[in-house]
Amino acid sequence: MSIVKTENLIYEYVKRDEEGNEDGVIRAVDDVSLGIRQGDFIAIVGHNGSGKSTLAKHMNAILQPTQGTVWVDGMDTRQEEYIWNIRQRAGMVFQNPDNQIIGQVVEEDVGFGPENLGVPTEEIWKRVEESLRAVGMYQFRSHSPNRLSGGQKQRVSIAGVLAMRPRCIVLDEPTAMLDPSGRREVIHAVRELNQTEKVTVILITHYMEEVIQADHIYVMDKGQIAMEGTPREIFSKVEELQRLRLDVPQVTLLAYELKKRGLDLPDGILTTQELVQALTGHA
Amino acid sequence: MKLPRQERNKMALTVEHVSYIYDPDAPLSHKALDDISLTIPEGQFIGVIGHTGSGKSTLMQHLNGLVKATSGHIYYGGRDIDARDYDKKELRSKVGLVFQYPEHQLFEVDVFSDVCFGPKNLGLERGEVERRAREALAKVGVPEELYDQSPFDLSGGQKRRVAIAGVLAMQPEILILDEPTAGLDPKGRREILDQIRQLQTQTHITILLVSHSMDDVAEYVDRIIVMNGGKIVYDDIPRKIFKCYRELEKMGLGAPQVTYILHTLKENGLPVDTDITTIQEAADSIMQALDSFRITGP
Amino acid sequence: MLRDITLGQYYQTESVIHRLDPRVKLAGTLLYIISLFLFENIAGYIVAALFLALVIGLSHVPFKFMVRGMKAILFLLLITVLFNLFLTPGEALVSLWKLTITREGLHNAVFMALRLCYLIIGSSVMTLTTTPNHLTDGMEKGLRPLKFFRVPVHEVAMIMSIALRFIPILLEETDKIMKAQIARGADFESGNLIKRAKAMVPLLVPLFISAFRRANDLAMAMEARCYHGGEGRTKMKPLVYRRRDRLAYLCILLYLGCKATVGILL
Repeated sequence: MSIVKTENLIYEYVKRDEEGNEDGVIRAVDDVSLGIRQGDFIAIVGHNGSGKSTLAKHMNAILQPTQGTVWVDGMDTRQEEYIWNIRQRAGMVFQNPDNQIIGQVVEEDVGFGPENLGVPTEEIWKRVEESLRAVGMYQFRSHSPNRLSGGQKQRVSIAGVLAMRPRCIVLDEPTAMLDPSGRREVIHAVRELNQTEKVTVILITHYMEEVIQADHIYVMDKGQIAMEGTPREIFSKVEELQRLRLDVPQVTLLAYELKKRGLDLPDGILTTQELVQALTGHA
Repeated sequence: MKLPRQERNKMALTVEHVSYIYDPDAPLSHKALDDISLTIPEGQFIGVIGHTGSGKSTLMQHLNGLVKATSGHIYYGGRDIDARDYDKKELRSKVGLVFQYPEHQLFEVDVFSDVCFGPKNLGLERGEVERRAREALAKVGVPEELYDQSPFDLSGGQKRRVAIAGVLAMQPEILILDEPTAGLDPKGRREILDQIRQLQTQTHITILLVSHSMDDVAEYVDRIIVMNGGKIVYDDIPRKIFKCYRELEKMGLGAPQVTYILHTLKENGLPVDTDITTIQEAADSIMQALDSFRITGP
Repeated sequence: MLRDITLGQYYQTESVIHRLDPRVKLAGTLLYIISLFLFENIAGYIVAALFLALVIGLSHVPFKFMVRGMKAILFLLLITVLFNLFLTPGEALVSLWKLTITREGLHNAVFMALRLCYLIIGSSVMTLTTTPNHLTDGMEKGLRPLKFFRVPVHEVAMIMSIALRFIPILLEETDKIMKAQIARGADFESGNLIKRAKAMVPLLVPLFISAFRRANDLAMAMEARCYHGGEGRTKMKPLVYRRRDRLAYLCILLYLGCKATVGILL
């Protein structure tokens, strides 16, 4: 069974001018149908305004579809009695590390979700410790969030979601405001969770190098799914990606350039290792 | 490195032994800048690289007098900017500083008035203010139909252009951009960088591009300054800098991916040129190496 | 750096006073302040001073930190003293030009000054030994009976604790926007009052926009983590009275008894 499923999902909002009059309807998500398997690492990529974040917010019932249906763990997000269950099952991490930490101490922030769920005190402490250990932030448990780096703050946010024991984590551009080392930290933690804790991960990003290890990639453009497939399938279509103005990893791009110069290389090379192997075969 | 006065005049900006200590009295005080010396000649396109907390932003804020050095001197056009009679306001118009996420400082009701804010503060007359605003907006590629719009209704990339125009309108001789691509998507990132390069080639203004991404600056700049722990560790042309990619990695920076690929290929016996930083050149070099391999045999 | 500033004036150290339940400290401070205004005579003030000295001694906070709080109200203290000294009618002691110091005036001035000093130092002890966070918790739980009168106690406590978290962030942001506008030639320091007020616009507009954006983001993040008010919420760090807290209440009662006895008998 799919953990998240959408069927003909459409989301529209009314744009208003300065006087508050209707100024046209904008369709941010346009007829998206997808099914995400429990335990997978899914990436949704696309440039700003492609509708990827709007789609993500449906998976946590922050937004409701204009048309079509979204199910999270079998529950229809439009049914209000399920709303807290849905938010517990599908946790969400947002872009700005400063604007999603509520607690003044790291451990208190991680405990915020379980507190809301009414988890007994002793169980909260257990979950907080486990979650902080899972993202490698346990030694910072009594720190003030203001003293942490961007990457560390995002890991705390991930732990905060984890403590709610979700089946699925939706990360909405968690690395967009981080520096390269912060980005590596966060992606490493997310991958670890997916592999060891078997949590379904839905990573929304515009950094293509972060999605190479995903099980499945959706590329969004103008509110629709423009491409989907395994990383290798996606990255073998360099021209299409460039047309959608997305970055292609430099290795893939180099392999593509070499092929253009007449070298016979396999499609969709993703790592330096693969390229070196393919080239030494030629030499 | 004490330059004679005439030498200093030729340099747009000279930094001599500048150190800066945060809250010297606090128990947690630390040296944010540690004995920095640096010259910035006219018309150069410079990349300043360092990870968060390396001191790069603090150094940039020294260059236009927003932060005063704890020790050392900074000369602009040969004059000490901390001298008592030095006009800081004029300095700030000559050394323009665009902060990280500059769109957060937009405040006017429309785009055009916001860009006018800088030149108006210089006390210029209205005609001149508007002429400069128009020119600056054109330079960063903001179309005229957006002039009357509220800056808050624009897209992320457009807002950032408007904010950059707000500094450009003061007609600085040196433009410092602190992480101009932070938070933008690949499309927006490339557009802004291309625009900056165009600005540099057209106006020959000195540009300092501050970034933590080697990939961003590698193909654009003439010179790279690498900062770590409040010090300048490297200051050279990009090719030479990337030779030290292993050291860069220890600082949490790393070189462009191409550098890694080429080095790995060379280690595997393919005679490629490892100094290359762009994909096109790399592809050519690999083809050449493969050809020579086929002719001479391994 | 601005992010390092601590709000309130919490002094970090280990002491029995630090470990007390914040409700005890809140109630204790309140009762102490009330006691200062009842049963006043010299002996009573000595009892109050002894009690205060005992608490300060137990708190392990250097005395100079207590006095620091006095600086802010020095002016107020001076005015109170002067008013009482010169404007209380009664038996004249000294006459200087048109001003007369009366016996009652002197008495009032001295006691008023003492009372204010005790009050400030007494509440400093509370703020110096309790983190703002703990204080909020204590207020939430201690004021729970007010819910009966439809006072949104949980919400107010939540607002306070979020404010405490975001004030350093917004201060840092203020500093950044200020610098950015100065880099565009803005001048926040010269000119008359009106000019200066106008110069604040380029600072305040972006700051408000940013604060609203943060509030919006935060609200969404809280909802996503299943926050739906205080109903059915458990606590990670619930406040539970321990033996030392009960002992502390006993001490406070003992002090009040002492003060009352001394006040009535002497």
